[in-house]
Amino acid sequence: MAKQYDVLDISGAPRLYSQKVEDHFFNPRNVMQGKPKKGEFNAYGEVGSPACGDVMKLWLKIENGKITSCKWKTFGCASAIAATSVLSEMVIGKTVDEAYKITAQDIIRELGGLPQRKIHCSVLGDQALRAAIENYRQTS
Amino acid sequence: MIYLDYASTTPTDKRVLEKMLPYFEKEFANPSALYLSARRAKQAIDDARKAVANFLHCKPDEIVFTSGGTEADNLAILGVARQAKTGHIITSQIEHPAVLNACKQLEKEGFEVTYLPPDKNGIVSANQVEKALKPNTILVSIMYANNEIGTIQPISEIADVICNFRKVISRQSLVVSSDKYNKRQTTDYKRIIFHTDACQATGYLPMDVKKLGVDLLTLNGSKIYGPKGVGALYIREGTKIKPIVFGGGQENGLRPGTENVAVIVGLAEAIKLISDSEGEREKKLRDYLIQELLKIDGVELNGDKTKRLPNNINVSIKGVEGEALVLYLDRRGIAVATGSACSSKSLEPSHVIQALGKGREVAYSSLRITLGRQTTRAELDKFIKEVKIAISKLRKISGYNG
Repeated sequence: MAKQYDVLDISGAPRLYSQKVEDHFFNPRNVMQGKPKKGEFNAYGEVGSPACGDVMKLWLKIENGKITSCKWKTFGCASAIAATSVLSEMVIGKTVDEAYKITAQDIIRELGGLPQRKIHCSVLGDQALRAAIENYRQTS
Repeated sequence: MIYLDYASTTPTDKRVLEKMLPYFEKEFANPSALYLSARRAKQAIDDARKAVANFLHCKPDEIVFTSGGTEADNLAILGVARQAKTGHIITSQIEHPAVLNACKQLEKEGFEVTYLPPDKNGIVSANQVEKALKPNTILVSIMYANNEIGTIQPISEIADVICNFRKVISRQSLVVSSDKYNKRQTTDYKRIIFHTDACQATGYLPMDVKKLGVDLLTLNGSKIYGPKGVGALYIREGTKIKPIVFGGGQENGLRPGTENVAVIVGLAEAIKLISDSEGEREKKLRDYLIQELLKIDGVELNGDKTKRLPNNINVSIKGVEGEALVLYLDRRGIAVATGSACSSKSLEPSHVIQALGKGREVAYSSLRITLGRQTTRAELDKFIKEVKIAISKLRKISGYNG
């Protein structure tokens, strides 16, 4: 994001999510700005639907078997946004094979945990990633 | 903090709190006892009952105090059904869970329930109720005003169609069975009881139970600047109903348990403080906020424009998920609500907005703003500014419009 979301300090107050989830939710990393330029990415994955409450779109640039860039867009709740944001940081620098093995559990661990009923949001993240990698494997 | 979630609950008015305080410490006696301090506690409950009865234009004996709106709704629905033992119930798809889940429980107990769909603005018509009535219908429960989208239902019109149906059915039964049964039995059997949940309507809409034509009416303290944990059920004289809690004989045996004197006193005081002018003031603020919100691209109003509570605004915002928006506003010091699944314990988005037939995505993107006595125009202007910033941030993340 170009500008950070200026949030009130609630240190010490009860929280809904972990501090890391909140950090990624209010200041998400690697959000896709506008539309991708031609040749900017060579893999794309999309999962979910607006009717299900979550849509995740993920673009990857893969060079010599390694992910060098990852951008995304997510329509969803706080944990869905945070899960995609943290995932985008996790995959950059990984090989395609390493990234393909990332599970929902890995994302949740990286986020410092999620409430039980929010687990499905992180599952969508790893599905979007695998969809993008499969798209890459089919087209390259 | 800018609090814009008054439909969820209201702060207890200081004047209400002051009336309540003596009953925690000094006037703590059990109203069922015989000595002087107990008689004073009993007197406080009697006075409160009179105040509620006065407000509803009914007799004090027709009021039963409960632990809140949920219990009053449960007592009305389960109490009537279990008294009747069998039969058909009519309600709407947009009722509060206290009504819907009580009806679902009755389905498990063998009752038949019709859930009427509202129109696209969230209104259930008297005509729909008329068509759904059957000879074995025992109960109709339709809310006075909806808690999520604020739509006001035509309660007295519904009461009229129920009343007409009662007469027709009773006459038919008399013709068929005049030799075999006496008149009174037949009439009693065909009695259809009409209940309305008026928790959200209280304080804003006319509450004369005779004019409304209802047999049972639920109201609640925590929505009207009274304390939480107190409600009341109006039970029209002669309405047959069974208790759902068993114990001592308090509240005519319909709600046993030592009376919570302080909150009952608080409920009555809150009712006494209701004024008509406040609704008029909030209505102007409501219309201003609706007008400003609809200026934002991709924003639509949920519910009816005019048949609507003076304090309710509910919109859906394309490309913005409700929980995310509520949390962005929360971190800017604003408290509002959403019908998104992610805010609910059930993981299902608002059943009310889904019932409008607009699609699940509209429910996921819904935002409810409800006004109250402390709401000012300046607060709404701040809210509008903040909501625009949050919408723009979240739309960049969701990719709305590219």
